[in-house]
Amino acid sequence: MTSNFEPRIIALLCNWCTYTAADTAGISRLQYPPNADIIRVMCSGSVDPTYVLKPLLGGVDGILIGGCHPGDCHYQSGNYKARRRIVALKEILKSVGFDEERIWLRWISGSEAGYFAEVVTQMTEFLKEKGPNPTRQKWTV
Amino acid sequence: MRAVIPVENNDTLAAVRGFLRQLLEEQVVDVLLVPMEISAGGRRSGVIPALVADPDLLSAANPLAPVMGMNAAHVAGRVSIREPRGRVGAVLRSCELRALVELVKLQQVSLDDLVTIGIDCLGTYDVPVYGAIQDDGDLDVAALLATAHSGDLAPQEGYAFRDACQMCEKPHVEGADITLELLGADMTAGVPVTLPDEVAEKLGLVSEGEDGRRADPSASLRAGVVEKVVSARTQVRDARFAEIRGRLQEEGIEEVFAVCARCYNCMSVCPICYCKQCLLKSHVFDHEPIQYVNWARRKGAYRLPPNAMIFHLIRLNHMALSCVGCGMCTSDCPAELPVGLVFRATGARVQEAFDYVPGRSVEEPLPLITFREDEWEGVAE
Repeated sequence: MTSNFEPRIIALLCNWCTYTAADTAGISRLQYPPNADIIRVMCSGSVDPTYVLKPLLGGVDGILIGGCHPGDCHYQSGNYKARRRIVALKEILKSVGFDEERIWLRWISGSEAGYFAEVVTQMTEFLKEKGPNPTRQKWTV
Repeated sequence: MRAVIPVENNDTLAAVRGFLRQLLEEQVVDVLLVPMEISAGGRRSGVIPALVADPDLLSAANPLAPVMGMNAAHVAGRVSIREPRGRVGAVLRSCELRALVELVKLQQVSLDDLVTIGIDCLGTYDVPVYGAIQDDGDLDVAALLATAHSGDLAPQEGYAFRDACQMCEKPHVEGADITLELLGADMTAGVPVTLPDEVAEKLGLVSEGEDGRRADPSASLRAGVVEKVVSARTQVRDARFAEIRGRLQEEGIEEVFAVCARCYNCMSVCPICYCKQCLLKSHVFDHEPIQYVNWARRKGAYRLPPNAMIFHLIRLNHMALSCVGCGMCTSDCPAELPVGLVFRATGARVQEAFDYVPGRSVEEPLPLITFREDEWEGVAE
């Protein structure tokens, strides 16, 4: 792909962990690509698949969902439920011919600012490799 | 217990009606939700579910009519969901019963005062096709019932069953309170029925075999006939799945559903889509006029009505796990898109992933409301 392609990522981050990690990454002045637009949600379990589908079909290149590590959910089991929902969503997308690899689910705790920066870096590189989301230019979607 | 409803003068329908009449008269139930024949203009008669309280009106009941204009599970919630209510007997074909089981789990139907009366399905026509059959002569009921005996389920010559029925590998009823077991039965002799002992006693039915005259070999035939039907239909289903999956991978959903006008018919007739207000019918996805213009500028053009693909994908997310393959969506699509096939083929994948069979049991939790701690560990790191 062209080297000047900058993927756009929507990051839906749990208030209690990954959002804090992102905040800490900023406070700690960690360097990572500016490609992720962060939206704070109360729990990865509150991420309706609609929040993933609308941007994905609108042409956003990747969706990152960040939640607490298994067992650490502020609401006991939101992340386990999120995991099932994402599995179902990915199966559906795969089945109807969409690229489900553009959706990443990651467990990043509040203290893992370094890991958050690493994930955003990895995902940006991964999407650069993959190229732009074809839905961005398709008028039929 | 398994008994046989005796058939006289080869009139199977009269025997079934008589059985239903007994259910009302012996107060097994207060009302019956049952497909009723209704005059539909000219020579045509249609069939529509009705809640019947007067036993005399059951002379128009016709659960054997091979036509499906709606999935009756869709209306079962209305008459069962909260007290006060009557004891309702719901006469359902197998896909309707499976949809009902899903709706129970989605808390849209209550089984508390509901008696499910399942009836094996021999295949159904779309409403216009059923009308055309009547215009062209008439439905050969005897021939249709004979297919149940042999297991060679087939439509009347020159007509086709609904798309969903052609690939339905579950026409046999499982898990109803009362089951009219048509498959494998010689219905010129009698209609086998499985029912609770106390109901049989009320209706004066005795276990088959106890009554020498009505000893019926069909009990053993049913299993073999069901197996034959399942295997034939599974072959058709797998071929259709392979075909649509190939198309979806090659063309994508936006080509398969290219001419979707987002009329919402598929959603309106889907028994699983129960929301009173659909998200996609709300204003959530409305944008300022200039936004559409901007998209048109960026993409060169912008498809209207908007969000047609999101509509299907969100609907898939909401009901793919519970899709029982009744195919009403395909039947009612004005553009004749393979909606049901796409949804079934996709649903099957997701259902496999969660090892979930919709309609199998009310005890089995819906996959998205439960979880295990040690699963899908590769999905997130």
